[in-house]
Amino acid sequence: MVAGDRVDEILDLALAASTADATEALYTAEDSALTRFANNQIHQNVREHDAALQVRVIDQQRIGVAGTNRLDDAGIREVVERATAIAQRSEPNPRAAVMPEPDGRGHDPDLGFVAATADASADRRAEGARAVIAAGEDKGLQTSGSFSTGVGTVAVANSHGVRARHRATRAKLLTVMMDGYGAGAASGYAHAGATDLAEIDAEAIGRDAATKGDTMRGAGPLDPGEYEVILEEHAVAGLLEYLAYIGFSGLAHEEGRSFMDLGQRLMSEKVSIWDDGADPTGIPSTIDFEGLARQRVDLIDDGIAHAVVHDAATGSRAGTGSTGHALPAPSLYGPMPFNVFMAPGDTARTDLITGVKRGVWVTRFHYVNVVHPKKAILTGMTKDGTFLIEDGQITRPLMNFRFTQSIPEAFSDVRALGASTMLLPGEFLGTYRVPAAHLGSFNFTGVTSGEGGE
Amino acid sequence: MNDLIDRALDTADRLGAQYADIRIVERRSEGLTVKNGALEAATSNVSAGFGIRVLVNGAWGFSSSAHLEPGEADRIAAEAVEIARASVTAQKEPVELDDTAPVTATFRTPYADDPFAVSLDDKLKILMEADAAMGRVPGIAIREGNVVAGREIKTFASSTGARIDQEIVEAGGGIEATAVNDSEVQQRSYPNSFGGQVVTGGFEAVRALDLVEHAQETAELAVALLDAPQCPSGEMDLIIDSTQVALQIHESCGHPTELDRVFGTEASFAGTSFLTTDKLGSLRYGSELVNIDADATAPGGLGTFGFDDEGVPAQNVPLIENGILVGYLTSRETAPRIGRQSMGSSRAWTWSQIPLIRMTNINLRPGNAGSLEDLIADTRDGIYMSVNKSWSIDDRRLNFQFGDQAGWIIKNGKRTQLVKNPTYTGITPRFWGSCDAICGLDEWTLWGLPNCGKGEPMQIGHVGHGAAPARFRNVQVGVGRW
Repeated sequence: MVAGDRVDEILDLALAASTADATEALYTAEDSALTRFANNQIHQNVREHDAALQVRVIDQQRIGVAGTNRLDDAGIREVVERATAIAQRSEPNPRAAVMPEPDGRGHDPDLGFVAATADASADRRAEGARAVIAAGEDKGLQTSGSFSTGVGTVAVANSHGVRARHRATRAKLLTVMMDGYGAGAASGYAHAGATDLAEIDAEAIGRDAATKGDTMRGAGPLDPGEYEVILEEHAVAGLLEYLAYIGFSGLAHEEGRSFMDLGQRLMSEKVSIWDDGADPTGIPSTIDFEGLARQRVDLIDDGIAHAVVHDAATGSRAGTGSTGHALPAPSLYGPMPFNVFMAPGDTARTDLITGVKRGVWVTRFHYVNVVHPKKAILTGMTKDGTFLIEDGQITRPLMNFRFTQSIPEAFSDVRALGASTMLLPGEFLGTYRVPAAHLGSFNFTGVTSGEGGE
Repeated sequence: MNDLIDRALDTADRLGAQYADIRIVERRSEGLTVKNGALEAATSNVSAGFGIRVLVNGAWGFSSSAHLEPGEADRIAAEAVEIARASVTAQKEPVELDDTAPVTATFRTPYADDPFAVSLDDKLKILMEADAAMGRVPGIAIREGNVVAGREIKTFASSTGARIDQEIVEAGGGIEATAVNDSEVQQRSYPNSFGGQVVTGGFEAVRALDLVEHAQETAELAVALLDAPQCPSGEMDLIIDSTQVALQIHESCGHPTELDRVFGTEASFAGTSFLTTDKLGSLRYGSELVNIDADATAPGGLGTFGFDDEGVPAQNVPLIENGILVGYLTSRETAPRIGRQSMGSSRAWTWSQIPLIRMTNINLRPGNAGSLEDLIADTRDGIYMSVNKSWSIDDRRLNFQFGDQAGWIIKNGKRTQLVKNPTYTGITPRFWGSCDAICGLDEWTLWGLPNCGKGEPMQIGHVGHGAAPARFRNVQVGVGRW
């Protein structure tokens, strides 16, 4: 890991080496490790140390971006020269040639940093893996999963005077436990994320997944169709991750690609969703990749589409200013929320099922993807714990369904939300603290088959 | 570099590794994106470093660093050994590698026109002219065009004496037009979605795409889709174009033939596979027309290389022969478990990641159904779908659903009504079993797919798929409520 003083030197050297009208230096570092297990044993065990500098220059509204992970003085000068050369040969682009000014908002540079997580050893991760594997073996299940720890650093300085740094740790343990691998075979899942490794209870995660996997034995088919559903937190987070990706961005909204019709009711009044990178109950990221403090943005407020997130360019065009949600330049995808929260309801999680006459319990979704961004229609499969609910009771395990469903439509009929929330790292992007949900209708459009395709 | 390699391998050996290898990699990439008449992005990136993989008492450890210095090699090798010793504490079966002979070799993918030497002005001219042509079509909201270039220089060395130097050069590009109204977002990409077409080769491949020539029709189709009727629902005969066949191969044949998935080591993330080893040589995967090969030697393929990241030579091996499962994508660790030697498909995305089994060029051999128009003429009633926009498949690679950018109803052998938001769904062996026609070599294209994701931590993979348009009987189309 590069020492803090050297990070400042790197940023200073990059700014000093540039003669452009405006220059931004973005330093990112990753020091992470991951222990992966399958078939009840560790089969991959890796560590990565990397740091990189990206330089964005704007000269006469011409933009150049270059990156390197060679961080000695010569490497820093070279990357500035490369960015400058690109800008000099580029065409002016006033729409994108925006670099933020300091906005006076403060941030905590160490919120979410826990030294014990950063220093976690391979032995500590192996210990967690063994505990999960043991829980699976107790139920006769084949256990797979991963236990990762790491620290990420973002530091930004620009020639307008923006200067900010943030580092945070994360620990994540997930497991899938199966009895064989056939369609309809038992399958259970558990997953937890935290900034503090001490909050990851490997034995409890192993127990949860093993119990669920054991209960899934003998999964059978059920005709696809529309069913009431209980979505566990994993399933809710999986859907929110895609809503964030396709619709909460200021760029998607500006270009008319988003389902977010601001000021209009999109979902049940029970639904409030916001992004807050400074909430310590998430995995904080207090600054964005342009060096601005992340603001809380209320995205869906009592079911009404309230706001989208912005970087300096989209915020300038929208007249709102940046909300502190920039991705690294050139940010073709636009700004993104990384720290998403959904408000809990007032129903005890264990009571959510009691109101369901006939429905489906969904632990999580697999391979979700976008069918129609403007209607927020997604498709994907259920996985690792799908059950039939009859008269408020789980009655039998089910083979996995495919769903094809507009998510705002599904969340327009929220019967209840769990009173507790769970913090879950996204599969690809961001972190999500969400409750479980009872929805009135969810459209399952297919069911998986036997192993021979029968 | 030799000092760094020697120090890494010597340190690993001294600390008890039974096997070690090191990859030193430098990857350069450049990208240009023009959007709505302006240069939206011009980027250049360089990343270099090394990764050391060790086997200690039959368990793996891996570590990596960007500091290319001999002293750092000592530290990283020691860390890899320490990590491997932690792996030993949760080990059931020790890893055994096949007996692939160590090789000393060099390899370069050929190119005519170095994509890094082509001036920004020349690249920009193509993109700006294509943008202007799309802009002349009324109703287009977003116009985008991009060109990319990549160069990976890597050295592989192992404790058994392998030493391989490779240079892989890539180039690609594409355009996309988006039309928007109150309820629809409709896109059309040329020549494919996922950024267009990417190959191993030089800028000549981008010029051959003729982006400017195809810009107007691309934009016109995006606008036409806005007012097209919704794709009907029901069971019908389906023809998919070569880009969609390529993705169908990727998801329903490429991934499930990865032997690490078959053995369960991707179960916690990407999933497993229905193509279990008891089915090798007997499972009817598709109709007798279906022949699929893994060809890492195919000229220009994005999954083309000289040697994989375990030092195994690139090969062309059959996966599906006359519809029967006959092979897998393998590594040195997995191949011996089915009594074979690695066919060389173990690759890592960066220096900081371990090699996993990745697709090479997974190619459907062309058939004898002639041209696309011949195939449509031979189809009484059905639907033709073109260029992917949505994809999803279950963890066993059985239940899939795809959405395409455009569909056309086929009536009495003619392409008729354009329809929007076409989707189809199926079960892998039933779907490939219903394949009754594949177009010929003239319609066959080796598509590059630059966004394949696998593994934890997630790795990107560059792979290729050769495909021609094909017909499938009685497929469920038009999924969901609209």
